[in-house]
Amino acid sequence: MNGATATADYDDAGLLARLRSNDEAAFDELVDLATPRLLSLARKMMPSEADAEDAVQDAFLNAFKNLPGFDGRSKLTTWLHQITVNACLMKLRSRRRRPETSIDSLLPEYLPDGHQKKPQKRWHEIAEGGIEKAEMCELVRSRISELPEQYRVVLVLRDVEGLDTEETAAVLEVTLDTVRTRLHRARQALKALLDPYFAGDTP
Amino acid sequence: MIQNDYITCRELIGFLADYLEGRLTEEQRHEFDRHLSVCPSCVNYLDAYRKTVALGRLALTPSDSSAQGRAPEGLLQAIKSARRN
Ligand SMILES: [Zn+2]
Repeated sequence: MNGATATADYDDAGLLARLRSNDEAAFDELVDLATPRLLSLARKMMPSEADAEDAVQDAFLNAFKNLPGFDGRSKLTTWLHQITVNACLMKLRSRRRRPETSIDSLLPEYLPDGHQKKPQKRWHEIAEGGIEKAEMCELVRSRISELPEQYRVVLVLRDVEGLDTEETAAVLEVTLDTVRTRLHRARQALKALLDPYFAGDTP
Repeated sequence: MIQNDYITCRELIGFLADYLEGRLTEEQRHEFDRHLSVCPSCVNYLDAYRKTVALGRLALTPSDSSAQGRAPEGLLQAIKSARRN
């Protein structure tokens, strides 16, 4: 159609039609176009690069198998995101050893009159936090990995991948309210996990 | 109606995500701001919540922006050949 350089936008009807007619080149094209974004998503969900690549490969094999049943009502990008998220979740679940901690203990507690039980301490400015940026990112990543999966996945899709509420709901097949509730709880829980490092006297 | 009745911390914190997304009505936002003007703890909470969102994004976004747009050639080939088998 256009001679411009390839973009991550592969949602055009032409490609889908060619995939449906088993056009070999179309499959290769889809892999080339879609893999970078799907891999970037998987890297945020999986503990290692090898796991992320495995999940993307699983996702594609699933997608190829299910393509005949893809009704085209959702966008191809949304559909592939969905399959990739599921591939990651499957892998994570198969190896989980200990039960996840409940998120409730990380949410704020209130007095009967609705005030916070423990006043929130002021966070210092991130830049003057006293720890190196790489170290800080590593710390935040490891705290994110402690969040229960259903919350972590919403945080990744909304706050990191930049999907909106509707897109996230479509990928996870949950309601808009569920996405909003989980995102809010995930952020609150992550804040609680980071409080010891960014609030109070620790430099 | 008691004009001086403030919303509670619980209500304010429940509104946070909607506040940041601009989903509050004008009246809700007014009540939100009114509570903030008398509650340092919620001011701190809002600030920490915002920073948490920013930190999450920063921590999980590859610093090398070119790495984000590429996938290892080996992976691409593995996927393509796995489909043919
Ligand atoms: Zn308050």
